[in-house]
Amino acid sequence: MAVIAEPVATKRASRFQFILDRRDVLGAIFVSPAILYVLLLVGIPFLLAVYYSISAYTIYDPTWRFVGLANFRQIIQNPAFIETLENTFIFTFASQFLGLVLGKFGALLLLKPFPGRKIVRALIILPWAVPIALAAVAWQWMFDSLYSVINWTLVALNIIDRSQAPNWLGNPHLAMLCVIVVNAWRFFPFAIVIFLAGITSIPQDVIDAATVDGAGFWRRNYQIILPMILPIVAIGLIFGVVFTFTDLSVVYLLTMGGPVGATSVLGFEGFQVGIVSGDVSHGAAISLFMLPILFLVVIGMLRFIRRREI
Amino acid sequence: MQRVLANTLRGVSFYTAVAFFVVLTAFPFYWMVITSFKTNADLYNVTNIPFWFNEAPTLQHFRYLFEQTMFVRWLVNSLIIGVCVVAITLVTALPAGYSLARMTGRSGEALGIGIFLTYLVPPTLLFLPLSRIVADLGLQNSMWSLVLVYPTFTIPFCTWLLMGFFKAMPVEIEEAAIVDGCSLFGAFIKMVIPLSMPAILTAVIFTFTLTLQEFVYALTFISSTAQKPITLGVATDLVRGDVFFWGEIMAGALIASVPVAIAYNLFLDRFISGITGGAVK
Repeated sequence: MAVIAEPVATKRASRFQFILDRRDVLGAIFVSPAILYVLLLVGIPFLLAVYYSISAYTIYDPTWRFVGLANFRQIIQNPAFIETLENTFIFTFASQFLGLVLGKFGALLLLKPFPGRKIVRALIILPWAVPIALAAVAWQWMFDSLYSVINWTLVALNIIDRSQAPNWLGNPHLAMLCVIVVNAWRFFPFAIVIFLAGITSIPQDVIDAATVDGAGFWRRNYQIILPMILPIVAIGLIFGVVFTFTDLSVVYLLTMGGPVGATSVLGFEGFQVGIVSGDVSHGAAISLFMLPILFLVVIGMLRFIRRREI
Repeated sequence: MQRVLANTLRGVSFYTAVAFFVVLTAFPFYWMVITSFKTNADLYNVTNIPFWFNEAPTLQHFRYLFEQTMFVRWLVNSLIIGVCVVAITLVTALPAGYSLARMTGRSGEALGIGIFLTYLVPPTLLFLPLSRIVADLGLQNSMWSLVLVYPTFTIPFCTWLLMGFFKAMPVEIEEAAIVDGCSLFGAFIKMVIPLSMPAILTAVIFTFTLTLQEFVYALTFISSTAQKPITLGVATDLVRGDVFFWGEIMAGALIASVPVAIAYNLFLDRFISGITGGAVK
């Protein structure tokens, strides 16, 4: 019975329907809200950040005077900033390297089934899943100057004496080590998962063929498996590098950049100068020092995605 | 005999390595649990063995958390922020992902990569201009600023994720719907969405966990206790004076961590296939 009423309705909406039935028109309508959101709240702020960095803008002097590259010049002349820059590189590459090594070995362990493998995997994923701010607070408690459980264990095992127990977050070198370890700890479960996804995607017959042809464990690993999983590992690594290089939370919660700037990194410094001190233009300029690295990483990513498509 | 010995040795070294990894990853969380149930007298006594209860476990930290702090408020804030961000993300990313996978052809490919790259623009680059935009909109020091800003990373992420799923879905399904008289839009609403419920659920879960994990924007925009989301509140607000209250802090961190940990473990495989965008075939 409904059939009788229907043609009228379609006729009235036909013009509208026609537009909506064109694949490209509907496609453009579908994609535009997302693009608009991103343009308005990522694109424009990004341009604003560039503009801030070349103007004299603080919360006390909101005149937006154009000053060219003066902000950048002042920043580079500050020796503390050079240290921050070095710290950022050390922090990023040390924690990524440590994370990748741990990730590779962890993936090798989890590759073969064994009793309890599911539970082990669930536990190993934890550092990556749980909000890093909360995990960082737990680590801060473990590194506590007085009640550190790590120091307690070292004392109990007679490795060190209680009187010379290290103050993990109070010593410049140890503090750097701590933030690197915590960051690697947060990153390596992700590396494990990425490695596992890559390795299990390789068809078993490829590996079998290599074995029949006389390839040993190392040759299989480094000449067959590694090249095949490289694209997926590259994507994982890009994530790791970008999010570590621009990180703020681990340093903010564990050391506050201290002691005396020893663990200060770019993201943290930008926050301290731009938000805490209210010197917006210098803060923006500091943050913009991340850009060259991000560009390199993005270009690398695009190349890998291209290669994959072919 | 030698064979047996070698096998046992291999087994022992294997399980030692597994144990090393498990202790490394899980100990901080074990430490959270232990700390949050210990009495203060037990916690701050270095002569006690710290790994287990030397006095009877207590719920005093949890009670303090729920009765004396804004903890419940933070939980509610996080829930509201999460639900709103999920709604905004779904409404924008679901059609966008479908469009980029099916309707825009070659240019959609490039656009998809472009959207995804914005996910890599870090908060520490954008927080200064965004905090000004937030202030101009009158949202400073309000959790609604986070509802506005969080979609900047959840939309790219979910668009990418959903695009991957839609690409893997057979075209024949919508074609059949169109042949049967559905419009293109109708096919999307009536066929594609119901069939991609698992993918949508994955997107919902990960959007929610991303909002829980975020720290930088929350730290930048919000300073009043009552407006904080749970992660920020626990990490920065439970310090009274210069004294840390480790029992309460660990109890709060524990409660906030558990749901995220469970969600990740349940949806991990889908997440991986989504994030690598079918890099492995």
